[in-house]
Amino acid sequence: MTVRDKRLYLEDLTVSFDGFKALNKLSLYVDPGELLCIIGPNGAGKTTMMDVITGKTRPDSGTAWFGRGIDLLTLTEPEIVSAGIGRKFQKPSVFEQLTVLENLELALSGPRSFPKMLRARITPAQQERIDQVLEIIGLSPLRASLGSILAHGQKQWLEIGMLLMLNPELLLVDEPVAGMTPHEIERTAELLRSLAGTHSVVVVEHDMSFVRSIARRVIVLHEGQVIAEGDMDKVQKDARVIEVYLGV
Amino acid sequence: MLSFRNWGAGGDRGGAWFLAVLAVVAVAVPVFNQAVTQSSPFHLSAFGITLIGKYLCYGMLALSVDLIWGYCGILSLGHAAFFSLGGYAMGMYLMRQIGARGVYGDPILPDFMVFLNWKALPWFWYGFNHFPFALVMMALAPASLALVFGWFAFRSRVTGVYFSIITQALTYALMLAFFRNDMGFGGNNGFTDFKEILGFDLHSDRVRVVLLVVSTAALAASYTACRAIVQSRAGRVIRAIRDAESRTRFLGYPVESFKLWLFVFSAVIAGVGGALYVPQVGIINPGEFAPINSIEAVIWVAVGGRGTLYGAIAGAVLVNYAKTYLTGAFPEVWLYVLGALFVLVTLFLPRGIVGLASGRGDEKR
Ligand SMILES: Nc1ncnc2c1ncn2[C@@H]1O[C@H](COP(=O)(O)OP(=O)(O)O)[C@@H](O)[C@H]1O
Ligand SMILES: [Mg+2]
Repeated sequence: MTVRDKRLYLEDLTVSFDGFKALNKLSLYVDPGELLCIIGPNGAGKTTMMDVITGKTRPDSGTAWFGRGIDLLTLTEPEIVSAGIGRKFQKPSVFEQLTVLENLELALSGPRSFPKMLRARITPAQQERIDQVLEIIGLSPLRASLGSILAHGQKQWLEIGMLLMLNPELLLVDEPVAGMTPHEIERTAELLRSLAGTHSVVVVEHDMSFVRSIARRVIVLHEGQVIAEGDMDKVQKDARVIEVYLGV
Repeated sequence: MLSFRNWGAGGDRGGAWFLAVLAVVAVAVPVFNQAVTQSSPFHLSAFGITLIGKYLCYGMLALSVDLIWGYCGILSLGHAAFFSLGGYAMGMYLMRQIGARGVYGDPILPDFMVFLNWKALPWFWYGFNHFPFALVMMALAPASLALVFGWFAFRSRVTGVYFSIITQALTYALMLAFFRNDMGFGGNNGFTDFKEILGFDLHSDRVRVVLLVVSTAALAASYTACRAIVQSRAGRVIRAIRDAESRTRFLGYPVESFKLWLFVFSAVIAGVGGALYVPQVGIINPGEFAPINSIEAVIWVAVGGRGTLYGAIAGAVLVNYAKTYLTGAFPEVWLYVLGALFVLVTLFLPRGIVGLASGRGDEKR
């Protein structure tokens, strides 16, 4: 497999804040349809890495390629979204006073201006996509409920559903299971596993048992660099990883 | 659990009731005025017609406030300014209709201009002798102000209480400006002593009845248009902006432009309400721009129930009925009653009277 067959390819990314290197020549790749977990202690640079991929932060040096020939560093944030990268932030943010259905509907691609939205109708194809996503995130029975009555986990799933409406090729998910009940964590693991294959999914997470339950490949980040990579068993036996995790 | 379908049906039921009541008013008022003889206790007097007509116009102002406040979270405390501008546009037409029948008998200049020793009609009075032109201005004047003001305010991301304060300042500034004689809008006295509209005598009961029927039609049309907006997909975006503005922006919606469209449309409804108000009450003066008027309109909406449209209109009618009664019986207590009403509704009836009636008074939608 060559470089160009990767879904996402980051090379030598460096980001410094007042001389402090949040990312230090970071290089990693994501395969198409892969479910990749990125772990690392606080301040390792995980969020900064997502910021670079989504165009929120510009690196000092390095390259970031999306698929065949899309240079992420030349695109704006909305352009990156429409290129096919969806990002789920840590804090759930669904529209509380709209129903689950209406939340998904807002996330549909299509017209955005007031005059056009005034006349826009949901097409059968769009309705089908909404129903599909409702199934995927397991909220079909709650489609008519207001966002405000959803449980914490359900809000997170709805937000993932909103990202799915745009059918992104790459999903970036920041700490999805923080604050979830064990049952919700299990459901979330199922959801993310089911998304892999049709989407590339990158999950940043602290919860080790969760990471173990979903990831085939794990990358450990420390001080803006990759210090270990492989399956969970291999990574957990790695001397540097043990040092970093037990040392702090 | 409050389901979307039930809400939709409930909204439609309330709306259907509201339109039915309007239809009854449009039929009953002509009947009780024209068909019932004056000697009968059931005869509706000219005073009664005017009162009902006035409430309907206030209903349009309330509707316009609810559209932006109830659905988009934009709390305008200056909406009476748009109502007044529409009223002034109608007033200018009515003044020119007076023609040579004014006290000074000038065929072109309204009395107040003759009194000020003006020799010629100011340019901005041109065209107001033509009803279609005046009609356009009744919508265009408030729309232009809303467009310019809203463009600056929304583009600068002025929101919440800051927006409310500058809208108060806007209507206050307009009041001061219209008070000035050299503005050319009759100063302190505004416009009054109207004679005719489209050649029909404004003091005849028949014309009053027609104006009232036109007002019910305008209110019904505005209500229907507002409902179409809030139930469209654009309406969903508008509610999303109310709930989480930056999140809506993040989904790619041009939030400022949505607000501006809605604000301008709302101003037009308020303006048309004002335009219908003036021939019925027979006067328009700078007092209509008074900041308290805009605040009262917000209270009507809060009392009736925010975010239902028909609730706002019901609130306008009920509060104004109470005002008519109280300012007659105990004029000095009205402002206290109004203030107390607002506090009570805010604390105990967040969904207003409509919320109480539908038995979900405590549930915030
Ligand atoms: N905007 C910023 N300005 C200054 N320092 C920052 C900024 N963003 C992140 N950092 C620093 O960069 C480092 C990496 O942060 P972050 O990417 O948020 O780590 P993680 O998400 O892995 O916990 C931290 O030390 C953090 O303090
Ligand atoms: Mg982080």
